[in-house]
Amino acid sequence: MTTGSSVTPQAAEGDRMQKLSASEHERTALKRNGLVDRVFEITTRGSALMVLLLLGTITGSLVLAGWPALSELGLSFFTDDRWAANVNRFGALPAIYGTLVTSLIAIAIAIPVSLGIAIFLTEICPPKLRRTIGTMVELLAGVPSIIYGMWGMEVLAPFLQSHFPSVFPAGTGLTTAGLILAIMIIPFITAVTRDVMNTVPSIMRESAYGLGCTTWEVVRHVIFPSVKAGMLGGVILGLGRALGETMAVTFVIGNNLFLNATVTGQGTSIAALIANQFSEADGLQRSALLLLGLVLFLITFAVLALARFMLNRTNQRAPS
Amino acid sequence: MNMRSENFTMAPRQTSRNASGHTHASAPAKLSVQDLNFYYGSFQAIKNVSMEIPSNQVTAYIGPSGCGKSTLLRCFNRMHDLYPGLKTEGGILLDGQDIHASGVDINLLRARIGMVFQKPTPFPMSVYDNIAFGVKLYERLSRRDMDERVEWALKKAALWNEVKDKLKTNGQSLSGGQQQRLCIARTIAVKPEVILLDEPTSALDPISTGYIEDLIHELKTDYTIVIVTHNMQQAARVSDITAFMYLGELIECGHTDQIFTDPEKKQTEDYITGRYG
Repeated sequence: MTTGSSVTPQAAEGDRMQKLSASEHERTALKRNGLVDRVFEITTRGSALMVLLLLGTITGSLVLAGWPALSELGLSFFTDDRWAANVNRFGALPAIYGTLVTSLIAIAIAIPVSLGIAIFLTEICPPKLRRTIGTMVELLAGVPSIIYGMWGMEVLAPFLQSHFPSVFPAGTGLTTAGLILAIMIIPFITAVTRDVMNTVPSIMRESAYGLGCTTWEVVRHVIFPSVKAGMLGGVILGLGRALGETMAVTFVIGNNLFLNATVTGQGTSIAALIANQFSEADGLQRSALLLLGLVLFLITFAVLALARFMLNRTNQRAPS
Repeated sequence: MNMRSENFTMAPRQTSRNASGHTHASAPAKLSVQDLNFYYGSFQAIKNVSMEIPSNQVTAYIGPSGCGKSTLLRCFNRMHDLYPGLKTEGGILLDGQDIHASGVDINLLRARIGMVFQKPTPFPMSVYDNIAFGVKLYERLSRRDMDERVEWALKKAALWNEVKDKLKTNGQSLSGGQQQRLCIARTIAVKPEVILLDEPTSALDPISTGYIEDLIHELKTDYTIVIVTHNMQQAARVSDITAFMYLGELIECGHTDQIFTDPEKKQTEDYITGRYG
């Protein structure tokens, strides 16, 4: 045993004993935490890997199942403007077009409306009413899509047909589906937008009001630029739902399998087409539908990637 | 101040202000608080405060946390109006005019009484636009005049040399001290009559704090300044008048020298000698 020359051996010994007992305590504590940590790490890592596994197997099985159709039809799958199973024509164009158009209409309507609701809720609404309206928006998000579908078919489509017969000769169609989708995704976009607007510190609002801004000027120049990026997240969430929404769209889209370029006319979407035909399909038709599913998967993926890209770009421009 | 600044008018408000006349033009009190009571719901945060805030001087409010000094400051530009359930009783006169009178345009009032907050709050826009934004609300300036105004405000806030080459960068990318000076520049640019500073250096390092204290000294030639601070040394350094508040009451108010060397009230003495607070 060695001791420092400046301290007495006894004092050094006592010191050492103290240190020893302290470090023993520490050691047992560390051991226990170490085990918990490892279990924790393994389970969380396992869950994360599960995501990769799921994504991989879904993509893999879609590619495998769609391969026969892709090799048989080739590029014409994407260029043929008609889906007619009885004559073995499987053109995905009408469905892809319908999916994109209905989602775009939905987003174009939903963004301004949601923004309006969120601004009202966070900036203008008296607190008592805020609670009520906020809850109602959340309830709207919970309405099952089949309800929207039935309402669209029984109420909205006949209404459009009788009031605007020249625009909506059939009542149902791509625009009708877009309207229904807009109503369905407004609660999502509103909730996210409201939440990000609430994250703007009140001191920021006060500084703008302190300069003499009106509420509109505060929202337009201070709040909105601060929440743009966050709001985009809500829009993407909504867009993701709109692209894949099946039930409500199937009810009101008209299920016309020819490419119809007018956006108010009847058409179909990828999800609606699959829902209508999959249960009775076999052979090439079944494979073509699965290939269509892969296309929807890829579109959704592309949208998410684009959103991520835009989000990064906005963040770089405005560090906060 | 240059020619342009003398021509500067807050056009729509000016008329209504002149209509009732500058009766107190000779009186040095810029702001006058009369029997002010303020309530957060049922909690009374300010109790019967009356005092005068002289023109072109720095008035500092000191007191322990929760004594109502920030609350009082926020009464001056009616910031409390943003929140429901708060109640003000009594009067605050700006140049002899009640700021709560009906017909007072609250946005114009806030343009006349600028405010800087505890934390820097640059807007999500470029340095240049941060300054120009407030100016554009009430004045239409040509591009050149606006450039001049921005430069003037940034120079006044001792920030020009540091940011003149990055006017286009985002205001939120500046350092904390620079951001706070940007906020001061933004407030000055609107050419208010009164500047309220709510613990303006509480989030800053000593060097930035020094800058801002120097700035306060310079600004008082053109503006009436009211500052709330937790830091007694700061109050002693920057202010002409010091007001000590405790539990919502104004305990003592007087010349800073007198308050710090020879306070009349025991409570004030206890506070500034650090016996409580």
